[in-house]
Amino acid sequence: MEMLAPATPKSWYLPSKPHKFCPGCGHGITLKALGEAIDELGIQQETIFGCDIGCSLLAWNFFACDSTQTHHGRTTPVMVGIKRARPELITIGYMGDGGGYSIGSQHLLNSAVRNEKVTLILVNNTNYGMTGGQMAPTTLPGQITETSPYGRDPESTGYPTRGPEFIAELTPEGAYVARATVSKYKQLRRLIRNAIRNQIEGNGFSFVEVLSTCPTNWRTNANQTWNFLEEKMEQYFPVGEIKSPLGKGDK
Amino acid sequence: MEKIIGEPKKAFMTGNETVAWACLAAGADIMFGYPITPQNEVMHYWTRLAPKYNRGFLQTEDELSAGFTTCGAVQAGKKAFTATAGPGNVLMQEPFGMAEAMRLPVLSIIQQRGGPSSGTVVYSQQEVTLTTYGGNGEGHRIVYSTATHQEIYDYVIKGFNIAWKYRFPTFVLGDGYQAKMREPLEMYDPEDKGIEIIKPYPLIGIPGNIGESREPQHLCNIYSLEEELYEVLMKVSAEYEAISPEIVEFEARYCEDADIIIISHGVVSRAADDAVKILRAQGIKAGYFRPITLRPFPQQQLRDVIAQSGAEHLLIAESAYGQLERLTKQEIYGETVKIDNLFMPGVGIIDYDIIKKVKSII
Repeated sequence: MEMLAPATPKSWYLPSKPHKFCPGCGHGITLKALGEAIDELGIQQETIFGCDIGCSLLAWNFFACDSTQTHHGRTTPVMVGIKRARPELITIGYMGDGGGYSIGSQHLLNSAVRNEKVTLILVNNTNYGMTGGQMAPTTLPGQITETSPYGRDPESTGYPTRGPEFIAELTPEGAYVARATVSKYKQLRRLIRNAIRNQIEGNGFSFVEVLSTCPTNWRTNANQTWNFLEEKMEQYFPVGEIKSPLGKGDK
Repeated sequence: MEKIIGEPKKAFMTGNETVAWACLAAGADIMFGYPITPQNEVMHYWTRLAPKYNRGFLQTEDELSAGFTTCGAVQAGKKAFTATAGPGNVLMQEPFGMAEAMRLPVLSIIQQRGGPSSGTVVYSQQEVTLTTYGGNGEGHRIVYSTATHQEIYDYVIKGFNIAWKYRFPTFVLGDGYQAKMREPLEMYDPEDKGIEIIKPYPLIGIPGNIGESREPQHLCNIYSLEEELYEVLMKVSAEYEAISPEIVEFEARYCEDADIIIISHGVVSRAADDAVKILRAQGIKAGYFRPITLRPFPQQQLRDVIAQSGAEHLLIAESAYGQLERLTKQEIYGETVKIDNLFMPGVGIIDYDIIKKVKSII
């Protein structure tokens, strides 16, 4: 019997497949949506993909696009440097919530303020995955991690960062800011595509946070993983476009 | 390449202004910078000049960003540079480490200030260790220590060329005195002097269609296995060692019959040069040795000078507490010559200081 294989995005780099993310991780879904968005926009040749340290690092050779891997939190300035040097290139930075909201937050904040014409995709899985599941800026109140073993206490560690909301406040008109989730694939792909289109049109800074799953460090089974994503995370982090210059009716 | 200067012309300007003109003449495309004294005027002059010559500038949010944006622009194939000092130099060691790992031809101008911490905004030679070996690796970088504004001009142009030819991050190490004082120099368009300008080229966003005429470029600086990293490091180390003889530069004067050789670098070497002339006039056989490249260090050249002179003493003079001394000692391990020092961390050294010290030794 013939196997029915799911379609692989043209912009994926096949020698690096199957990918190295853990079973149940949301990175694969996010990167599939990104691959399809690159294909739909026909920008494989001019795309520069950059990734951070952390789990996002495992995407360093994911695409058949020219790619560069940077340091923890430093993907944003590297992408900015590339875009400033070669504005004709489409720069897509890929990072986690630790890289974007903590160690690299000054870069995210200031590149948003400067309305840099880059697209950044930030995967929020509420913890530092690669380093073994420590508390992240996005860890939910009460959530147990390796560095909040009794549950995150907002009294001593603050409340989770709502990134797209603060970036929307910092950016001028022309910026694109959205939050997607790996539980709603078509929307995820559409928001990522919009964030790239916004760069292509030269409108401004383009940012998508993607709510994602980390069953390895959450220590959850499939059911618990999906429930945490859809019930806990999506409640605290509302999904949808927060700011878009692209107009309504874009489906 | 675009002519900037035209006929060679005399100028009288600060070292920071000299840096900006030299970058322009060298064909630099873009600067990324963040304010810190004493390098600020590099940015002040560059921002005035750059738009007139269609060159770029971005003031970043900090030195981490200035370093990493420079790395990005270089990967994209542009001649990019930055300038910093002191705590900014500390922050930039992270992107400089990436430049070492990925062989990115980043050019950085360092104008040393007092340290540690905020130190002073004035002057020192205390960023030698940091600039030569400040990364979390093996110091695969090229460091020129300049002494005059003419050298700042010459070595900025050369620095871009060396960086792009050999693909190691390259530094022009100045200091607050050189940054802020004015002195005469000659500015020129390098090609008029027969200097070949090495053209930059992209590492990503390269010509050709992926999947048709070429493979995608996947640049990385992290490896899964110890052995993978080991292989890369041994290869880079071998390349660095192989090119070192072509890169090493030094000055030696009055050493042939010297009883004592004064070793200094950067602006202090000007005091050493004066001191040696005065000592010679007084009948004291002093010699002068100055490494121009601190990385790679003119190791064999110094050993040869020691051997040929038969000098019994070395005097290492620096505006730091032993940074040049440690660098020198590790390079000439095994020599039996006596080593004395004149350490004046964070303050200037004049000929009198050196003469007094020499007379206390011999």
